[in-house]
Amino acid sequence: MENLIALLVAAPLLGAVVLLCGGRRLDAVGQWIGTAFAATSFVIAAVLFADMLGKGPEDRTFTQHLYSWIAVGDFRADVGFQLDQLSMTFVLLITGVGSLIHLYSVGYMEHDERRRRFFGYLNLFLAAMLLLVLADNYLLLYVGWEGVGLASYLLIGFWQHKPSAATAAKKAFLVNRVGDMGLSIAIMLMFTTFGTFAFGPLLGSEGHQGVAGDATQGKLTAIALMLLLAACGKSAQVPLQSWLGDAMEGPTPVSALIHAATMVTAGVYLIVRSAAVFNAAPDAQLVVTVVGGVTLLFGAIVGCAKDDIKKALAGSTMSQIGYMVLAAGLGPIGYVWAIMHLVTHGFFKAGLFLGAGSVMHGMNDEVDMRKFGGLRKYMPITFVTFGLGYLAIIGFPGLSGFFSKDKIIEAAFAKGGTEGWILGSVALLGAAITAYYMTRVMIMTFFGEKRWQPDADGHEPHPHESPRSMTIPMIVLAFGSVFAGAYFSIGDRFLHWLEPVTGHSEGDSPVSALTVTLATMVLLVVGAGIAYLQYGRSSVPVVAPRGSLLTRAARRDLYQDDFNHVVLVRGGEHLTRSLVYVDHTLVDGVVNGTAASVGGLSGRLRKLQNGYVRSYAVSMFGGAAIIVAATLLMRAV
Amino acid sequence: MNPVNYLYLAALLFTIGATGVLIRRNAIVVFMCIELMLNACNLTFVAFSRMHGNLDGQIIAFFTMVVAAAEVVVGLAIIVSLFRSRHSASVDDASLMKL
Amino acid sequence: MSFPLLTATAALPALGAIATAAVPAAQRVAAKWLALLVSLGTLVLAAVTLVRFDPGGDRYQLTESHAWIPDFGVSYQLGVDGIGVALVALTALLMPFVILAGWHDADPHETGSRRWRPTQGFFALILAVEAMVIISFEATDVFLFYIFFEAMLIPMYFLIGGFGDRAHEHGDAVAATQRSYAAVKFLLYNLVGGLIMLAAVIGLYVVAGSFSLQEIVQARANGSLHMATSTERWLFLGFFFAFAVKAPLWPLHTWLPNAMGEATAPVAVLITAVVDKVGTFAMLRFCLQLFPEASKWATPVILVLALISIIYGALLAVGQRDIKRLVAYASISHFGFIILGIFAMTSQGQSGATLYMVNHGISTAALMLVAGFLISRRGSRLIADYGGVQKVAPVLAGTFLIGGLATLSLPGLAPFVSEFLVLVGAFERYPAVGVVATFGIVLAALYTLVLYQRTMTGPVKAEVAEMPDLRVRELLVVAPLIALLIFLGVYPKPVTDIVNPAVKQTMSDVHKTDPQPAVEAAK
Repeated sequence: MENLIALLVAAPLLGAVVLLCGGRRLDAVGQWIGTAFAATSFVIAAVLFADMLGKGPEDRTFTQHLYSWIAVGDFRADVGFQLDQLSMTFVLLITGVGSLIHLYSVGYMEHDERRRRFFGYLNLFLAAMLLLVLADNYLLLYVGWEGVGLASYLLIGFWQHKPSAATAAKKAFLVNRVGDMGLSIAIMLMFTTFGTFAFGPLLGSEGHQGVAGDATQGKLTAIALMLLLAACGKSAQVPLQSWLGDAMEGPTPVSALIHAATMVTAGVYLIVRSAAVFNAAPDAQLVVTVVGGVTLLFGAIVGCAKDDIKKALAGSTMSQIGYMVLAAGLGPIGYVWAIMHLVTHGFFKAGLFLGAGSVMHGMNDEVDMRKFGGLRKYMPITFVTFGLGYLAIIGFPGLSGFFSKDKIIEAAFAKGGTEGWILGSVALLGAAITAYYMTRVMIMTFFGEKRWQPDADGHEPHPHESPRSMTIPMIVLAFGSVFAGAYFSIGDRFLHWLEPVTGHSEGDSPVSALTVTLATMVLLVVGAGIAYLQYGRSSVPVVAPRGSLLTRAARRDLYQDDFNHVVLVRGGEHLTRSLVYVDHTLVDGVVNGTAASVGGLSGRLRKLQNGYVRSYAVSMFGGAAIIVAATLLMRAV
Repeated sequence: MNPVNYLYLAALLFTIGATGVLIRRNAIVVFMCIELMLNACNLTFVAFSRMHGNLDGQIIAFFTMVVAAAEVVVGLAIIVSLFRSRHSASVDDASLMKL
Repeated sequence: MSFPLLTATAALPALGAIATAAVPAAQRVAAKWLALLVSLGTLVLAAVTLVRFDPGGDRYQLTESHAWIPDFGVSYQLGVDGIGVALVALTALLMPFVILAGWHDADPHETGSRRWRPTQGFFALILAVEAMVIISFEATDVFLFYIFFEAMLIPMYFLIGGFGDRAHEHGDAVAATQRSYAAVKFLLYNLVGGLIMLAAVIGLYVVAGSFSLQEIVQARANGSLHMATSTERWLFLGFFFAFAVKAPLWPLHTWLPNAMGEATAPVAVLITAVVDKVGTFAMLRFCLQLFPEASKWATPVILVLALISIIYGALLAVGQRDIKRLVAYASISHFGFIILGIFAMTSQGQSGATLYMVNHGISTAALMLVAGFLISRRGSRLIADYGGVQKVAPVLAGTFLIGGLATLSLPGLAPFVSEFLVLVGAFERYPAVGVVATFGIVLAALYTLVLYQRTMTGPVKAEVAEMPDLRVRELLVVAPLIALLIFLGVYPKPVTDIVNPAVKQTMSDVHKTDPQPAVEAAK
């Protein structure tokens, strides 16, 4: 049974190879081939899951060793897989949501002539993401890590003829590379500190303790911070968050799968997977919570101001991942809740994005919410599924988000001390803002009067419900958004499932769970109420008003991009330009100068060669005289 | 007679020849001056041969004569062909061999 | 006596060069096929060498030794260790692709002339370079190595100066001037390096009384040859300077962008993927083995220069407007990594550096040859003249992207393995150096993706709208290289298994061992 693990990765990889190398012959059926390979992977995952459930909680770790990849001196990296409860959770999420989104894309990309390649890239993404969560050492994880980066690059820039898409893709890859730098340094540090970077010996497995805690505090903190840098890049956390908004240039299914449900949560996976390192480095954990808290508010604020429905949702994604990172930074109190929120978020955020895609599909690819309005009458299924996702994300009692987010807020308070209060309050505030911006999205899109107008060519959009291949995935995800949280929480199923891998402790909360829940409810109502007053009671202007200082800042992503542009992009341009100049004038100049001076000297010497026999004769006599004189002189001495 | 006087004479002849090579333009004259220098050398060789009492210098003088004869043959041929192409026997007119 | 395999590997392309040059003017196509067949034959011989080589056996294998100029202690000594055999294989492997890619690069403008035979000359010169490079990788006699190290310059000079891109943005006259400037610069730079090395070679003979690498190394090891510290250092510097010019190491790099920019793409590949490797290879074989103490003495300075090369080369690549010059500066950055790995003096660093030489050869060949196909279609090397190629020539764009991704060391492709090994190797001994070098991977992403974005994406420019996609011949060149990049990225073991023992011996020559992990060391 364990030998099936490699097939999980191999199936979508094969799909990618077939689709990308298959040529035009496969153009007609490419989408179905891609979907079939994704579904195959899901079936294998389900089989493995059933097998895993049949075993006791303590021996649910499956491993499969394929071959030795790199072996030089003591440096050993293998191609091997480790499937435990944590990986299994991810595998099910990735293949499940992934298959649904493949199906959705069949309808969404129906009219795109490069559809075959799109599905090839999607399959490539699945393979890389599965490799990321299944690897049994950090270097192989790194392969998956950059692999998803590549797939993300290809998919964001899928519509390459648009310069904005190409730029966004490049930006995403570059920002991620900065994070990858962190991951490579972390691996190097692990190797020099422990002599290994394989999960088994380093992090420990059943029955034996890893060596992760043996190093000095400084080294552990350094490793943990480098891992955090990597997580920040991939999961769009401050300060490497700037790429996520631009990544919405990609087709909407991509935004749903990669930039909401799976890839961007890889950072959370990395932190939770490295729990043994983080647990031993409390300073680093504090930094993790701070990053999570700041991003949580950052994303939420940005999400409030965007009129582009996908960018508003992207801000929301950033904010929700902030919650997860915050929880992961809390240590054993929060690991399980981070992953639980990750899974429920995977359902409702993917559903929301698919809903947004469905809306765009019916509205001639319009993304400006100010030009929507009243769509609930035209797209009932989209409205209902989007609405359920909406209720789930704001934490409406009984739905998925309610359970997972509530637990994170409780855990934040349970950290104790001043930190606990600060983090808890931030998380609570975030919940209020979430309610606000999501209500705003909901109202602007589906309620009120219709605000769309004919475009420049005179085509008026005719909003219509999407085809069934698109609505079915939305319905399935809506089910998940509604019931997943409750299913996980009843009898603490999720906790018992994950606890053997991540460990768990309850912490010691200064406020009771009930108080937290009530406070969340009150803030939720306040947030949603403000949004209703602003957008539901009065009509929404089609052209965005100038807005307050904060609104304008939020529209421009709190000027973080502008900072990057001025400091890094402009600065870099000046640096490279001046270096090109220096290389040409100084480094090459020294060489050319040497050549020129030798040339000048020989030019002067050349003048002696004037062609007159008599002047040659003079020089001969002169030379003879000098030799004679020198000989006589030597004699004399 | 003191053989050293021959050496003085040879030095005088050599100087005359060298000066001629340096200041005259006519190729024939330059050529004759070179012969003068060669013969000045011959005179020295013979004089030294006499002074030292062995025949080495005389032998070398013969060699020099042979070289001089060969040189005359080649040199005159060059001068004649130069004169034919340039209608002048001035050495300064043949200044093409330069960089 | 067994069959002289190493001599044959070098002699076949040498004889092939003569035969190709002798093909009559009218039979241009025959000359091309002859050259291709010879290069394939050499590849077969190299493959046999690789198979016959036993990684667990003696250090130098398949050795041949004949007296040559006994009065001066010069002998014809060949032998390969794991590092040498890997590079011989790389050279033999790349040549058929270089020849195939340059199939039409040397077609004469007017075919009427009977005396004019540029095609024959082009392919004969390429084969001559191959022969000389292979023998440089095999020579274990310092003098023999020196001769071919220098002689290589002659065919390279003619290849750079005599054959350029078909169409040039400034017209033929300017192109010819720039080409001859580049060729002369290449020649003078390398001659100066070679002259200084010659002085050191003579100095070595005066001190050691022999040119044989193995004899000198043995004599030094058992104490029968003593070298004064200052002597060793001067000799080391003499050798190193020549290799640093060839490699090229900052600040001796400025000939490379000119040479690679003006030469045709296959010749540029020849320069950076094959000829330059002799420089880095010789650092490992001659500098480290002959002068271990001086190598350690010079390490700090060399590491700093290598770091500067990495960052500086990458930054300059970002600022280039010319596709080929961009690749040249990227290569300078990569050579910085190779030298960093060699002088980190760890087994990971040196194995990584050797692997890097092989992988860089393949990845640069892939990127540069595709760039060459692109340039030959549009007739311009300027990045700004392209745009939207992806739309009209998707296969070309796809292969270009893969070549670029290999250049930026994407995991899963071969260069990642070597780059990571070099970084780890540097990091374990000098953490700060490793961290700074890591910035190189971000910059590599920057120059590669900027290049791809500007040329391949965006709206289709009118001039490229009619651009044909890759032809069969071109696909034959690129596809095997890409397959190899993927294979060695997923399964580098065949190369590391061969290289590791040789690196181990080099490490023991310089009396260095890998640092222990901090946790183990603490126990």
